[in-house]
Amino acid sequence: MNTLTSAATTHKRAQKFAQRKFVNQIANALALAAMAFGLFWLFWILLQTLVLGIEGLSWGALSQMTPGPNEEGGLLNAIYGSALMVLLATLIGTPIGVLAGIYLAEFHPTGWLATVTRFVNDILLSAPSIVIGLFVYSVAVNPFHTFSAFAGVLALALIVIPVVIRTTENMLQLVPSGLREAAYALGAPKWKVILSITLKAARAGVITGILLAVARIAGETAPLLFTALSNQFWTSNLGQPMASLPVTIFKFAMSPYENWQKLAWAGVFLITLAVLLLNIAARVLTRNKS
Amino acid sequence: MSKINHLKTARSGPLADALFGQLARGCAILTLVLLASILASLTISAWPAISKYGFGFLTNTAWDPVQEEFGGLVMIYGTIATSLIALLIAVPVSFGIAIFLTELSPAWLRRPLGTAIELLAAIPSIVYGMWGLLIFGPVLATYVQEPLQALLTGVPVLGSLVSGPPVGIGILSAGIILAIMIIPFISAVMRDVFEVTPPLLKESAYGLGSTTWEVVSMVVLPYTKAGVVGGIMLGLGRAIGETMAVTFVIGNFNQLDSLSLFQAANSITSALANEFAEAGQGLHQAALMYLGLVLFFITFVILSLSKLLLAQLRKGEGSKT
Amino acid sequence: MKLFPRYTFALTLIAGAFASSALQAQEITGAGASAPAPLYSKWAVDYNKSTGVKVNYQSIGSGGGIKQIDSKTVDFGASDAPQTDDALKAKGQIQFPTVILGVVPIINVKGIEPGQLKLSGQVLGDIYLGKITRWNDPAIKALNASVNLPDAAIAPVRRADGSGTTFLFTSYLSKVNAEWKAKVGENSAVNWPVGAGGKGNEGVSAFVARLPNSIGYVEYTYVKQNKLSYVMLQNADGHFVAPDDTAFKAAAAGADWSKSFNQIITNMPGKDSWPISGATFILMHAKQDNPAKGLEALKFFHWAYQNGDKTASDLEYVPMPKTVVAAIEKLWGEVKDGAGKPVWTK
Repeated sequence: MNTLTSAATTHKRAQKFAQRKFVNQIANALALAAMAFGLFWLFWILLQTLVLGIEGLSWGALSQMTPGPNEEGGLLNAIYGSALMVLLATLIGTPIGVLAGIYLAEFHPTGWLATVTRFVNDILLSAPSIVIGLFVYSVAVNPFHTFSAFAGVLALALIVIPVVIRTTENMLQLVPSGLREAAYALGAPKWKVILSITLKAARAGVITGILLAVARIAGETAPLLFTALSNQFWTSNLGQPMASLPVTIFKFAMSPYENWQKLAWAGVFLITLAVLLLNIAARVLTRNKS
Repeated sequence: MSKINHLKTARSGPLADALFGQLARGCAILTLVLLASILASLTISAWPAISKYGFGFLTNTAWDPVQEEFGGLVMIYGTIATSLIALLIAVPVSFGIAIFLTELSPAWLRRPLGTAIELLAAIPSIVYGMWGLLIFGPVLATYVQEPLQALLTGVPVLGSLVSGPPVGIGILSAGIILAIMIIPFISAVMRDVFEVTPPLLKESAYGLGSTTWEVVSMVVLPYTKAGVVGGIMLGLGRAIGETMAVTFVIGNFNQLDSLSLFQAANSITSALANEFAEAGQGLHQAALMYLGLVLFFITFVILSLSKLLLAQLRKGEGSKT
Repeated sequence: MKLFPRYTFALTLIAGAFASSALQAQEITGAGASAPAPLYSKWAVDYNKSTGVKVNYQSIGSGGGIKQIDSKTVDFGASDAPQTDDALKAKGQIQFPTVILGVVPIINVKGIEPGQLKLSGQVLGDIYLGKITRWNDPAIKALNASVNLPDAAIAPVRRADGSGTTFLFTSYLSKVNAEWKAKVGENSAVNWPVGAGGKGNEGVSAFVARLPNSIGYVEYTYVKQNKLSYVMLQNADGHFVAPDDTAFKAAAAGADWSKSFNQIITNMPGKDSWPISGATFILMHAKQDNPAKGLEALKFFHWAYQNGDKTASDLEYVPMPKTVVAAIEKLWGEVKDGAGKPVWTK
């Protein structure tokens, strides 16, 4: 027991312990404060977006074209433009991304091409989107002497591809090899194994990746600034400039016109809502699978 | 009969397999081609500026479209300053969040709180920009900048840091907004690496009577330090490449005479966003492309380091199941 | 795989969209100056209502307008900064004015009403040179004895992008402030000694509206549309004038459009002249790669000259006199297709 320790040592130990406990409590309090700090910003931003967005939202905002300054109007052509360009970019980027992901996971995953591709993909994944926009301007706008929605689609597709490659590869790697081997044992050719068995098994994860890519490009402004430009009118002509929600919001938010600012908030609300819903859908999908 | 059909299908396999393999391989090669094209295109467009200025571009503060004199130091400084401020704020906060979520929070709260923080990452950057300019800026001006200026005027170093018009735009605003944007990334990585610390290590420390803080600072952190640094670099990479949020609030002012945090400045991304549409085909556009190349290079270096560090940690984790 | 039919369906939809676009009405794109942008977009809406043709005008700044028309990525460019006839000839372009407008300094100082503050060119230049840094500076006080000027730092705002509005503003400052002329000069984009940069007239108005104690310069329509606080300026004759379209018209009275459209009308004489006035120009290529689009652009501007005067006046722009319009339409004879035939045949 304590017959070997003097009262002084016990007292020192108790002091030391109290000190350590105190430090611990401070640290815990700070951690809690940090958590509250993060949540504070989240709620502030989301709340403002909600309040101001709903204020600007109206049936007119969803059904009319972008107005001139201080005139009645809505966001219809911008919403359509965004939806069309995001859809096309996803349709173009997804097959390329999935196929490349399949290559990385199923064909020579340790070969030099796969290693280099993974590295390059990570660079592309984190490349600033404005640089992608500059690149597409040089190859798709300048030579053809026109801003076009098609150039915008190209820029967005270039952002989709790395995201889809990364998630597809990760999801395919998670599929247990037993599944593949069973299929091979039944005599199925490799392409059929990959497409009908492995991919199907990883389907939820791959779709999650695609949803995340869509969420990412739905909010991207910079790549569209110099490619699709914008359009005051309705157009579904891909060879012409086309309005998009993010670029329209950028233009309207920086303006001094009250009606434009209100529409900008409504647009911001729509994009945030769409992106959050996509993220939630992606989460639900992965949760069900695991 | 059916056995022969089965054999037939199997025989068409090799050709189909080869085609499919080539197709998949082609897509992988496409990513390489893509990166190469981006680098090539940027370099070609930037060539007039590269050949004229060389590396001196990086230390020149002039940016005069009239006299055709360009230097990237102002933008590079703006990018680095805002990102550093962002890190200064985001790293401790993310650390706190990660500790909270892995050690302190009750189990039932973990998932919703974790999701809530990740939602910050889902908010599109243009929302941050708009909110920053229209809502946060005025609040910052009234409640932070003006009091700070009143408090610190005259103080030697700090005073000059807070000089400049307290109007809610500038390096400080951009830095704070970037911090909020990168918190989810850094905290997510920190959480992940904290969670893979072998429980045995932690339990042993707890068993010896350590407090939570001692376990975190003396067991978890040293074990995961590579991953933590990797996560920080990931956040840094994001901050450096962010365009829209910064463009709204940085003030678009090409100057380096005042290093005040309240002063308007320019970052590489906001310079590109603002000036590209009208930069003449000559030296101005080349200078902007050169900046884009510099940005790409900086991001590349930071991310490679991040990957290396994170990979070092993964090696210790064991193989995937 | 069920995915394949769905994928082909989606692609067919897109192809359909592409095809349907061929059946759509003609669309032309223009880009450039933000100063006349409110007018051009209103004209475009009215023109679309009357003819169904879509004229998509994007306000990206005069510098952007010049660059994009040089790159031929748009059908016409717009710029408040005129180019010299030699430069135009070298590029194979023509330029013609659409309306006269005025650039107005705006402020956001609590307690000062619109039109209450008086400034001279010298003082304005010194503010933007960074020499005058506080609102209650003696130089400003000297011009405004009866105004309550606060002891606050001036926050100057200017354009971040290449701007014809900036060209007009700096052209004026160069004429009235010798130090400005020596140090900074006149151009669409200058090496600003001070000031936060807003993008477009829109950005500058937005900044000034939000930043207390700020000063900026924008085209007059932006002042009226957003109820910003404008400033009275001292003109060449020494009178302090308030901005409005009669003042811009008075400034334009001294311009001689017969020799060349490249006219700069800042700091013109006349007791009612607004010192920072200017015309805004349209740039088009003389040799049209796409004559149909060139014709549509000219038709739009013809319509605007015929029917757009009231819209222009309502927005406080000054329409060009009819004699000048006749000369402009004569110039359109130089816009030719590949075979050398003029596109404009009226």
